[in-house]
Amino acid sequence: MNVAELPHEISRRWPSQTRCQIDAKKSVLEVHSSPAVLAELCARLFLEWGFSFAGLIVEENETEWQLRYCFYGDHSAGQVHVLLSKPLGERTIPSIVKFVHAADWHEREAEDMFGLGFEGHPFLGDFILHDDAWQEGVEPMRRKFSAQTPVADRRPHPDWRPRRIVQEEGAFIMPIGPVFSGVAESVHFQLETVGEDVISCAPRLFYKYRGVEKIAENRSAEDVLLLAERFSATTAFAHGLAFCAAVESIVPAEIPDRAQWLRIFIAELERFRHHVGAIEGICESTALVVAANQTGMLEEELLRVSGALTGHRYLFGMLIPGGLAKDLNESACISALQECQDVLQRLNKLERMLRFSSSFLDRLEEVGFIPERNATAYGLVGPIARASGVSRDLRKAQPYLGYEKLKFDVPIEHEGDGYARLRILFEEARQSVTLMEQALVASRPGPVRTAVPLAAGAALGWVEAPRGATFHWVRLDETGTVNRYRIAPPSFFNWHGFHLSVENFAFQDFPIILATLDLSVAENDR
Amino acid sequence: MFQWVSRGVRTGIKTTAYPAKPETAAGVSPGLPIGETYKEDESESLIARCPTQALSQGDGQTAVDYRRCVHCYRCERQVARPIDWSNGYEWASANGNHVLGKPFTRSIHVLVVDAGDCGACLHEVKQLNNPYYNMHRLGFFVTPTPRHADILLVVGPVTDHLRIALEKTYQAMPKPKRVIAVGACALSGGVFGPSFVSEGGVAKVIPVDVEIPGQPPPPLAILHGLLVAAGRRAAASLVSPASITPSPVAPLPEGGAP
Repeated sequence: MNVAELPHEISRRWPSQTRCQIDAKKSVLEVHSSPAVLAELCARLFLEWGFSFAGLIVEENETEWQLRYCFYGDHSAGQVHVLLSKPLGERTIPSIVKFVHAADWHEREAEDMFGLGFEGHPFLGDFILHDDAWQEGVEPMRRKFSAQTPVADRRPHPDWRPRRIVQEEGAFIMPIGPVFSGVAESVHFQLETVGEDVISCAPRLFYKYRGVEKIAENRSAEDVLLLAERFSATTAFAHGLAFCAAVESIVPAEIPDRAQWLRIFIAELERFRHHVGAIEGICESTALVVAANQTGMLEEELLRVSGALTGHRYLFGMLIPGGLAKDLNESACISALQECQDVLQRLNKLERMLRFSSSFLDRLEEVGFIPERNATAYGLVGPIARASGVSRDLRKAQPYLGYEKLKFDVPIEHEGDGYARLRILFEEARQSVTLMEQALVASRPGPVRTAVPLAAGAALGWVEAPRGATFHWVRLDETGTVNRYRIAPPSFFNWHGFHLSVENFAFQDFPIILATLDLSVAENDR
Repeated sequence: MFQWVSRGVRTGIKTTAYPAKPETAAGVSPGLPIGETYKEDESESLIARCPTQALSQGDGQTAVDYRRCVHCYRCERQVARPIDWSNGYEWASANGNHVLGKPFTRSIHVLVVDAGDCGACLHEVKQLNNPYYNMHRLGFFVTPTPRHADILLVVGPVTDHLRIALEKTYQAMPKPKRVIAVGACALSGGVFGPSFVSEGGVAKVIPVDVEIPGQPPPPLAILHGLLVAAGRRAAASLVSPASITPSPVAPLPEGGAP
């Protein structure tokens, strides 16, 4: 079912409760829905018509709440935004979680940040603002809340106790984090174990909550771009790109050809570097020291390539709304590409060696298994989803920048275990280098940026970041100031399904599963 | 298994010669801007472009406060006269009482705490174990517990949820102990703070002995910071030009740039 057929189908099913509005240029269908049919409409989209969930965007204006449930399909299907309005006084919204499980964490976040109640949601509360540090009713994303002033009156919930999840007799809880024994991001795990097997796992996230969406408000688009790049710096360029895409589609601005191709070139360089880093993490978690060192060297070489090409090892400062902040030297691009090809050759050699290292494969095969059914239901994205048989890649499904003009494959595996995820990483790394070659061949000398006029409006920008689909919603006012910024990063989708992969596996597999999933805490917490 | 051993041996030595010799490979450092004398109108336009107020005017010179510089390159790109840029990496500065002491010059155990960083600083700390940098050869080891740690390496602006964890970790360390704050966020809050959930720097929570600017500081800069704490390398200045004494980090005005 695609966007062109949907209005007819929707108005046939719910004639009086919905109103469709189609934006043919962006192939976005906006459906204004009444609360009564919201859950059913979302359920049809998600379960029956093959759309994926891209996030819930809550906006507060003077008189009412505006909730926007975003869905996306394959290229021909386009995007569907389901809109729901409620007067500010009313805070109860019907939950869609019963049918669209992928929306689970989005509703929990909206409850915590805005104080909205989602009727029918099985578990709300204690999510982003931890209940042992904050009282109920703080609601930091409300308009009246000041981002700069610390909350003076802090009364943690008096009844708060650490969550009791022990269910089995003889089981105990192994707490891990937030301070780790190695170099690791801050997150807390409660593993329920009977000595060997992990029965259940509850990750406690948002230790690193920096309130990016809140502190972005009332700042100029150019300054918010700094936040977009810096909230998850290991995939900085992809997130900066998604933000720029949103701003540029509000205006709308025509980006010069050269900037488009160079953006693809840099974005694929980042994906390549990220995937090599992820492979390094997997080798390290299995204690295969030589392989970890070899891939680690490749990663450092790619960081140096990025640094020599753009000036910054993590590609900061290259993007501006309207193009790129500086042009890249043709010969520098060619030598960067040559170095990437050289790194890829050595990576391929390592892959062949890893495939015949039985001690390594033993730790990955049939470990951390996520079946396709769960990957779809939890709305997983990126290499993790593609290793479980869900092939949706935004570069193909909702092409941006000009990816539709390039030839590349989206690799897919069906096993859903750690080894399948490793194979996906290797294959995507290869695809990234071919994309870099094509983008460089297609680029011609010319300007790399265009002036972006100020305009009021709102738009969704999306990018297939190295870890998966990311969606940035930006609302600007007439002066170019950001009124609302909402990020749905890939790690937020994927942490939601994280527990699936570690439950019912042995305790010592835990760090390996964590490495094969390559989840970022900074990206999730924002 | 033999193939891996042979592969490792055939690769040879890749490790940098630093600190014996400077590292000159391309792309090892993003560099930092250098303060200098500008015409009045030139310096004004530069200062206005800086989103974190790292640039200031004093004594006829434009000064750069490295604690605030977030590598946005706005003073270097798309301006009539770009600011000068240094490509060094020996950036760590110290408070004077930073050297651990004699028994600790050749063997130091480091505990790394992530206090809300964006992933880049932590990633650069991770690179220190990479063969290219290999901090073990210099006697630095990552330790799993604060009870064995001599140095606490902190990245990130210290988020509200991690403040207590950081304090407890610091208290659990035996004396003598030193704290190294890594990255612009850990020094001034960077683009994130101070705000309702960010302290705006490690020094607001625990005393800091060595400060390493940069967003992120490259592995060589972090290595320099560790060597400074070990008393094996001289500290640098947090302000450029170095003749200017750094003023304390003041909170950004409300509604200012992030």
